[in-house]
Amino acid sequence: MSRGGILQIISFFIYLLYQVLILQNIVLFHTAFCFLYVAYLLVLPVETSPLALMGIGFVMGFSVDMFYDSLGLHAFSCVFIMYLRNYWLNNLTPQGGYNSTDSPSLALNGLQWFMVYAGPLVLIHHSVLFFMEVGGFAFFWFTLWKIITSTFFTLLVILIAQYLFPSRRR
Amino acid sequence: MERLIIFVYQNRAFFTFLALELFCAWLIVENNAYQGTKFLNSSNGAVAAINNFSRSVRDYFELKEVNQMLAEENTSLREELEYRKREVYPQITTPLSDSAFVKKYEFTTAKVVNNHVDFVKNFITIDKGRDAGIAPGMAVISSQGVVGKIKLVSKHYGVITSILHVDVMVSAVLKRTENFGTIQWDGTDPSLVEFKYIPRHVDPVVGDTVITSGYNAVFPEGIIIGVIDEVKLSDEALFYDLKVKLSQDFRKLSFVTVVKNYRQAEQDSLEQVILKLER
Repeated sequence: MSRGGILQIISFFIYLLYQVLILQNIVLFHTAFCFLYVAYLLVLPVETSPLALMGIGFVMGFSVDMFYDSLGLHAFSCVFIMYLRNYWLNNLTPQGGYNSTDSPSLALNGLQWFMVYAGPLVLIHHSVLFFMEVGGFAFFWFTLWKIITSTFFTLLVILIAQYLFPSRRR
Repeated sequence: MERLIIFVYQNRAFFTFLALELFCAWLIVENNAYQGTKFLNSSNGAVAAINNFSRSVRDYFELKEVNQMLAEENTSLREELEYRKREVYPQITTPLSDSAFVKKYEFTTAKVVNNHVDFVKNFITIDKGRDAGIAPGMAVISSQGVVGKIKLVSKHYGVITSILHVDVMVSAVLKRTENFGTIQWDGTDPSLVEFKYIPRHVDPVVGDTVITSGYNAVFPEGIIIGVIDEVKLSDEALFYDLKVKLSQDFRKLSFVTVVKNYRQAEQDSLEQVILKLER
């Protein structure tokens, strides 16, 4: 296995443990959740095949589910955004295209591009997650409020993480 | 046939997507409706061990509050003991059969290792399981009030469906007027629950105590749930809209007591007979 692959596996566990050991206990004002583990899925290399993406998304979501006692919820949302990810990336191709080993991170194309890339995907992930959790649109406004605040919180933490540990261009 | 296979192969991303999502959806439905898939939850050994570690770190920050809570509980128990000592018992003249003295409830203390309050369906994980004699369906209380019901157990861990779960209902009674109703959470504020089916003619006031009724054979009678925080009555409604402030702050839950009711099976089977007769 290549060096990159091993690094990916290690960072998978770091993101997972960080989520379930620390971020699980942090919920601001009972509404804003932080699901930083989504960032791991977002910055996987551009050339990862859709099948691998969905597989990794499923494993990540499933592991998080076991800790949150919400079997299937996170897995569902993760597979969903992983399916959409490559279409979305193709729409946002920068001038000159991607290199095969690029990871779509902040360092690649700057803040603005990264927000446009990550923002909608995080929003979709949270919308699917929270509406599935309620099981319908029973508490529509409350759930919407949860989604919006959580999206901002998650994006903020993702940005902080990206600035703290910039992934170097390979 | 060949073309079909080629078609599936060409769209393999989409079909994998579909298969995975269907599998997840099945898991969600299964987990909600049933007792939960047996191993894939926080009572699973490895998951619980990690939660336990995380909890043991956090425990140090809560020591002060836990201490104070225990001291308060000690005081109240001592007061009750003193009260009992002073009481004069009437002499029992008619002999009672032995089985009347057999204990009805057994209590087991367990530590909370994982706890959520901010979802719509919240669960609590504790560090006692099948080996400690805990079984699904038992009631869970704490020194400050009702906590929930055991959902499933593994060898050393158990998962509780918290009262803060929109599908859980608890039979409750308004202590002052002795009217029965149902406690159910509305999924928003983790310190407030709804108290339903209190009819118009009763007049509940803010500050009234709500306790368990002991009607469903799960919770012992008279366990405190909380005090009424808000009373509303719209003009054409049959029942009050009551909000009850939970006496147990679920964010600070650290120790709970699991209640085993030795006579639950007896009561349930007796009631079953009546239900059958009536039908």
